[in-house]
Amino acid sequence: MADSDGRQVDGVNHATGKIYRLKLFFNNEGKELTKEEKQRLRKEKKQHKKNKKDDKGPPEKEKEKEKASVPAPSKPATQSPAHKAAPAPVHASESAAAAEKPAKSKAELRAERRARQDSERTSKHGKKEGGQQSASSKPKATPNELQPVVKRLPEHVQVDDPAALKKLAKKLERQQVRQIHSHVPLRSDYGYKVSLFSHLHQYSRKSPPTLQISIPATVIHPSIVRLGLQYSQGIIAGSNARSVALLHTFKQVIQDYSTPPNEELSRDLVNKLSPYISFLSQCRPLSASMGNAIKYIKKEISNIPSQCKEEEAKGKLQACIDSYINEKIILASEAISKYAIEKISDGDVILVYGCSSLVNHILCKAFEKQRKFRVIVVDSRPRLEGREALRRLVKKGIRCTYVLISALSYILPEVSKVFLGAHALLANGYVMSRVGTSQIALVAKAYNVPVLVCCETYKFCERVQTDSFVSNELDDPDDLIVTRNGKSHLENWQTVKSLGLLNLVYDVTPPDFVDLVITDLGMIPCTSVPVVLRVKNVDQ
Amino acid sequence: MEFNVLVEYFRAQIRGDPDVASAVAAIRSLLEFLRRDQSETILGLRENMTQAIRRLEETDSSVAVSSGGELFLRFISLTSLEHPDLSQCKNVMIERGELFLKKISLSRGKVGKLCHTFIKDGAKILTHSSSRVVLKVLENAAADNKRFTVYVTESQPDSAGKRMAQKLRKLNIPVMVVLDAAVGYIMEKVDLVIVGAEGVVESGGVINKIGTYQMAVCSKAHNKPFYVVAESFKFVRLYPLNQQDVPDRFKYTADILKTVKDLNQEHPMIDYTPPSLITLLFTDLGVLTPSAVSDELIKLYL
Repeated sequence: MADSDGRQVDGVNHATGKIYRLKLFFNNEGKELTKEEKQRLRKEKKQHKKNKKDDKGPPEKEKEKEKASVPAPSKPATQSPAHKAAPAPVHASESAAAAEKPAKSKAELRAERRARQDSERTSKHGKKEGGQQSASSKPKATPNELQPVVKRLPEHVQVDDPAALKKLAKKLERQQVRQIHSHVPLRSDYGYKVSLFSHLHQYSRKSPPTLQISIPATVIHPSIVRLGLQYSQGIIAGSNARSVALLHTFKQVIQDYSTPPNEELSRDLVNKLSPYISFLSQCRPLSASMGNAIKYIKKEISNIPSQCKEEEAKGKLQACIDSYINEKIILASEAISKYAIEKISDGDVILVYGCSSLVNHILCKAFEKQRKFRVIVVDSRPRLEGREALRRLVKKGIRCTYVLISALSYILPEVSKVFLGAHALLANGYVMSRVGTSQIALVAKAYNVPVLVCCETYKFCERVQTDSFVSNELDDPDDLIVTRNGKSHLENWQTVKSLGLLNLVYDVTPPDFVDLVITDLGMIPCTSVPVVLRVKNVDQ
Repeated sequence: MEFNVLVEYFRAQIRGDPDVASAVAAIRSLLEFLRRDQSETILGLRENMTQAIRRLEETDSSVAVSSGGELFLRFISLTSLEHPDLSQCKNVMIERGELFLKKISLSRGKVGKLCHTFIKDGAKILTHSSSRVVLKVLENAAADNKRFTVYVTESQPDSAGKRMAQKLRKLNIPVMVVLDAAVGYIMEKVDLVIVGAEGVVESGGVINKIGTYQMAVCSKAHNKPFYVVAESFKFVRLYPLNQQDVPDRFKYTADILKTVKDLNQEHPMIDYTPPSLITLLFTDLGVLTPSAVSDELIKLYL
């Protein structure tokens, strides 16, 4: 299956779903790099990185950085997870250069790079280069001014910026460059986006992300494709469910993985996972819990000692994943139920919103422990997740009332406590949860009803956000169309130029409205989330 | 050591030194109990200690005794007890217990030193009921040659406020006793409010003599700073959401809990002040905002 350039591509045996051995070799001269050469290159790169860290000021170090990381994309086999955090200016210079010279072929680019490296070596005294450097010196100049370097926003929050989009396309294409026939498809946006949220993606459920995947050879494992489709169609929804499904799929991937020759499992498997994760985030943006799970897996993979045999390593990784799910999700929910049951007294009227697996679990456990309480389930369009929660609670035998969120201020004087689930807890104490949660917390505060948020510690993330605009998710706007008596008024909303449908998924609740957060570490106030993050980091 | 001997020892401590905090007296008694304990195993020792703490809680149902006892137990056992000989382990525990006792005996002085700088010359201070820590703070401020006036609430049902007024008069501090109902009336005259605490809870709120919550709400309405002074051994692992979430064993005195059948007829002795109404807490760990209390508790207990 070698193509003209002498590159090999992997083949998928669709009968068994196994991927053939993955032979990656790509370099300037077209011959295969041996393991030793790769290790040498890695050492060189490490040296460059160290020099860069010691000496941020002089532009020659910037040029060296560029020189070091510019060959990096052309040697993907030697990319290590550390380079994921490759400095932004490199991307800038690279994409700026790429954007301005789209027509050049790869050979010409390589020749250019070699020439640049030669000229850099000859002018080590900070002399500005000639014309060929002018393009890349501009973006290099900006990092010099902003010392320390400003971290760029990730591409997914800059959908309305064409340069960022181009960068994203380039990144996805780069993942294509390794294997000819396969690439991670870039999903296109659908419909008019409300201007406040124009920096976010808005996809339609009717155009699945797998439309553009070529059938025969794909770098994406079939169970990942299936998982991505399940995410994008909303079949798997809910923070815990998505994380558990992701971890199970990764177990499958690890099972089917086989180390190619001249590769180390600890490095190659991590590189293998990157296009999967890009694909999944194209299907549906990753949640904070999924992000933490991926970080954990990548750390575990890179900690596999190189002399470990493949079967043993795979077994170890599978055991790690199993223990992660068991500890962080299953046992955590048991611990949280234990603390939460102390807070439920007889005669309570508890209000819940939407369908949180954790809150449902707590209420079922409390009912088993013979606590006398009744539940009010608040629901909202278009997801109407409250119906699922209602079904589960009624099946247990708990007395329930069902209202829509518009009746909230009517029902709140009856309520004694509010239990909310969370999608993520941010580092400044804000709670990110399903849209509508902050409304419930606000009205509950006005009525002096205590608000309790239940959240496992693996959903804590380091991000800081004070409003719901900067980072959110836009769901399919067609969901808002409702058909009543045979008439759907919003059916042709696209034809009305000034009309936009907004289907937000998440919102953030400030910590002033939350009285208590119940985690598996205990009951903490909302403002103590950074302490927990600190304690967790120390543990790891 | 028998439990009633322990209780007698505890009562003797309180009688002998009326100025000592009840938690300190409790910890002294527990240390003595540890010295005289005859158990053969570490587990048995811990069992006895836990039971001893429970007995002391029954005698004096204040939050401080409960929190002090629990912290004491954690402090002495939070060390490697890998010695093969039980008596060696016991000696290590006794050593740590004495260290703990020494630290907390000094805590009231530390709090006083921290807080008195917040009292400016010519200030008018409002305080509630009788707190030995607040007395220490005012003592320090007076020793610093500051001139200030103190208003004390009467604090029914036990008129503890009058006792506080007497102690302040002995220090030559001008003091006036006001009715509990007059807190709203007097709030516009005062510059700051300082109260003690029986217990500091995880949320950063405090449990104190009944009437404190009222005072906090009033001071918030008038935008006056509301300061709480408490030693660190009063930090307790409770998280009340509202007034009725405070456990019954703290709300009423020990005698009432034992004799009365229907607690609804009894009037509670304490109330809970939520952290949103408190400006600052002065502890021997430093000057803390209410949200920092949880961080300190996590450090103490985890």
